[in-house]
Amino acid sequence: MEIQETTPISISVANRRLVKRLLLITVAMFGFGFAMVPIYDVLCAITGLNGKTGGRVAAVESSAVDEARTITVEFIASLNVGAPWEFTPQVNRMQVHPGQYYQTHYLARNLTGHALVGQAIPSVAPGLAAQHFQKIECFCFTRQIFQPEEGREMPVVFRIDPNLPPDVHTVTLSYTFFRVDDAGG
Amino acid sequence: MSTAAAPALDDHDHDHHAGPSPGLIRWLVTTNHKDIGTLYLLFSLTMFFVGGAMALVIRAELFQPGLQIVNPHFFNQMTTLHALVMIFGAVMPAFVGLANWLLPMMIGAPDMALPRMNNWSFWIMPFAFTLLLSTLFQAGGGPAGGWTLYPPLALQTGNAFPFVILAIHMMGISSIMGAINVIATILNLRAPGMTLMKMPLFVWTWLITAFLLIAVMPVLAGSVTMLLTDKYFGTSFFNAGGGGDPVMFQHIFWFFGHPEVYIMILPAFGVVSQIIPTFARKPLFGYASMVYATSSIAFLSFIVWGHHMFTVGMPLAGELFYMYATMLIAVPTGVKVFNWVSTMWRGAMTFETPMLFAIAFVILFTIGGFSGLMLAIAPADFQYQDTYFVVAHFHYVLVPGAVFSIMAAVYYWLPKWTGHMYNERLGKIHFWLSVVGVNVLFFPQHFLGLAGMPRRIPDYALQFTEFNMISTVGAFLFGFSQLLFLYNVVQTIRGGAKATDQVWEGAHGLEWTLPSPPPYHTFTTAPEVK
Amino acid sequence: MTTSRIAQAGAIATGGALLAWSAVAHADFALNMTPGATAISHEVYGLHMLIFWICVVIGVVVFGVMFWSIYHHRKSRGVVPAQFHESTLIEILWTVVPMLILIIMAVPATKTLIRMADARDAELTIKVTGYQWRWHYQYLNENLGFFSTLSTPQAQIHNDAAKGEHYLLEVDQRLVVPVGKKIRVLTTASDVIHSWWVPALALKKDAIPGFINESWTLIDKPGIYRGQCAELCGKDHGFMPIVVEAVPEAEFQQWVATMKASKLNTLTASGGKTL
Repeated sequence: MEIQETTPISISVANRRLVKRLLLITVAMFGFGFAMVPIYDVLCAITGLNGKTGGRVAAVESSAVDEARTITVEFIASLNVGAPWEFTPQVNRMQVHPGQYYQTHYLARNLTGHALVGQAIPSVAPGLAAQHFQKIECFCFTRQIFQPEEGREMPVVFRIDPNLPPDVHTVTLSYTFFRVDDAGG
Repeated sequence: MSTAAAPALDDHDHDHHAGPSPGLIRWLVTTNHKDIGTLYLLFSLTMFFVGGAMALVIRAELFQPGLQIVNPHFFNQMTTLHALVMIFGAVMPAFVGLANWLLPMMIGAPDMALPRMNNWSFWIMPFAFTLLLSTLFQAGGGPAGGWTLYPPLALQTGNAFPFVILAIHMMGISSIMGAINVIATILNLRAPGMTLMKMPLFVWTWLITAFLLIAVMPVLAGSVTMLLTDKYFGTSFFNAGGGGDPVMFQHIFWFFGHPEVYIMILPAFGVVSQIIPTFARKPLFGYASMVYATSSIAFLSFIVWGHHMFTVGMPLAGELFYMYATMLIAVPTGVKVFNWVSTMWRGAMTFETPMLFAIAFVILFTIGGFSGLMLAIAPADFQYQDTYFVVAHFHYVLVPGAVFSIMAAVYYWLPKWTGHMYNERLGKIHFWLSVVGVNVLFFPQHFLGLAGMPRRIPDYALQFTEFNMISTVGAFLFGFSQLLFLYNVVQTIRGGAKATDQVWEGAHGLEWTLPSPPPYHTFTTAPEVK
Repeated sequence: MTTSRIAQAGAIATGGALLAWSAVAHADFALNMTPGATAISHEVYGLHMLIFWICVVIGVVVFGVMFWSIYHHRKSRGVVPAQFHESTLIEILWTVVPMLILIIMAVPATKTLIRMADARDAELTIKVTGYQWRWHYQYLNENLGFFSTLSTPQAQIHNDAAKGEHYLLEVDQRLVVPVGKKIRVLTTASDVIHSWWVPALALKKDAIPGFINESWTLIDKPGIYRGQCAELCGKDHGFMPIVVEAVPEAEFQQWVATMKASKLNTLTASGGKTL
């Protein structure tokens, strides 16, 4: 071993060099912990982990509408703790053809006497279908400000990508409404 | 080969030739590996009793259905702190203590490579645990969201939260400094002729463990930092409402958490691989394969974390990957067990206390390995996840696994450290009470889990009563038996029959060539290893 | 405070040991997983037993060899220790053989896992939402939703009253489902992570705030199946049970009609204030 050929001085040099390298690994691994955040987001986008859908999709011509295929789309709504809204889908389910654009609404009403800011978080089941659920317009893209006791319809324009795996017949779109102003949970 | 006397250690020649500082100040300023090893071991023993007291509170509450002794919130604080104290306060520091005492003596080095850092890495620990345990006395109590700190629940912790995070950071820094020291010592301070493949297996397992530590403790630090900023600085790493994801925490946490499991068991493999050959009077079977198996386990530990999260709703492909990868760990682990059994085969065995603990380790750790294999099977894991079956599983690998190996190590090397033989009869009584107690304590928990009892609950349905009672009886038997251990260790430190240098007839290795007890400074002239 | 509690606990434990052993005579010691009430749960049980017996056989062989050695290769019998310490052949053998055993386990496990992931073509979708500390169920095909909360009286929990047969495993409103129909279960949560677990259905799925998780079940025979929250969710984690009642289709329809008319019918989304 080369170490034994060295003098004490060079051992302390070797120690210092080794410590530097090990500290570098330590710092890199600390960074890796944070790097897992974007890595995870990419993985979610690819695999539909947690049914995360992508962001806004540019509207394209409904070139290939698959009339032969009908998909049931279910809509559900949830409220997170401390979100004092009334929140429901306008319709519970729709029959859609892949490739075609559809519009539906969610209804939300501020139950308090003061202004609130909310954010809807989408999630699609099965996760496999998440990347094929394309939204052109969605109230979930931005924060929603509600005046005291204001109620309103919020639109979603979407289509099911014709590349949706053939064995998927039902897709569920869920929105959970979170309060995101300072007073919120 | 230079003879260069390898004092090796840069700027502390002054300490190096002197004896210990007088009085209590010795322990505060010491840079001596034996002193620091002793400090770590005593600290670990203290935390073992603190964490054990918490376990007894848990078991006492679970003795019968209904709420008797503590309220659910305090119960949750006990489960959370019991885990943190036992993992970071008892098991890990015990192995660091053993490393401090033994690594330099095993590789023929005069001390650890970075003695001053060694002092800091120990003295951070008491402060970290004072912080952590002080939360129990705060209004709102200590952390109660489980040691895994899953958000959003962990974010509901009150004022204790920043204390817990800071304590975890301090423990992490201490572990990382300890690990750097171990690596530097092993790579740079081996005596002439002590090639890597001649190192005792305890040194090997610690080298690999130290690499695991510097790879994953920073990741834990990162994840708890994100928790802290989520709670106090408005970030949304784990808050779905802000675009984050609570499940992501679990991925980052278990990326740390699974290697952490091996951090607590690889040095135990090392200890057992030292003890069995000694008492079988026969060389370790398959030394090289032991090294490769340990390395494979360490590698696999980085790609199996998802098996802690089979129920979070992963894609099928993810579940299959983590299932197969986890099952693979059984192969190198099996190799180790087979090697230990082959080492015993056609040896000439005697059964002093260290050997008894080592044999119990092999059997009971393997039982924990079997339940681990069952847990790897994802469809079955859906039934086992978060039940007492899991509790039984990881306590089998951690108590009669890691903790028994630490006790075996203490009985094995205590005569070397102190120069006195421990009381063998008392040691054997301690062993038998422990082995009976630990099985009465944990074996019924398999049945509870399979019958459907979730973990981390302070009260349970009536059909779980009998096995919970038995488990609690076992807990008190096991817990109070440890007082015998304490007594035996204290008596051995104070006096007793003089130990020979070799101590055990079949012991081989550099540490047994030193006097018992070894002088304050050893191997100031490096020994020649053939 | 804690010390006195521990002392008290010690007294209870030692004194109660006798009690424990007297209780043994009457106890039904449940040792094992139950096969459950669905085809999947039977498969899972089968896997569990398969792997258990494989482990038992390996254990008997390995520990058998070890104990034989411990008995015969003792120094007190005057044996001379052998000095062999390696054999490449045997190392390869005990690497390859376990690999083969693992493959034998992996095949059925993979098949079951694939079946469990297939929630297609369900006839009924139920959304399960975890709250601190109760469950909300919503039938997506019907306009029906309600909370299900522990119904065990506090007096029983605090030992002021005798404990009932289904202590901690009873709720005010059961989740009623039809037998023989594939039911899709979507889990989510409103505050922290929960986990919806019914052992007899071999169904455990985390309920995560903000996201929905999909799983399914198909119950063969009518009955009442009890479960609990399986993910630590705070103070009353141990007190949010699940009771599923599987009934024939006609009975189910009747129950739906009654429930819809009842004032218990609260869809989560419209109940912001009450939550």
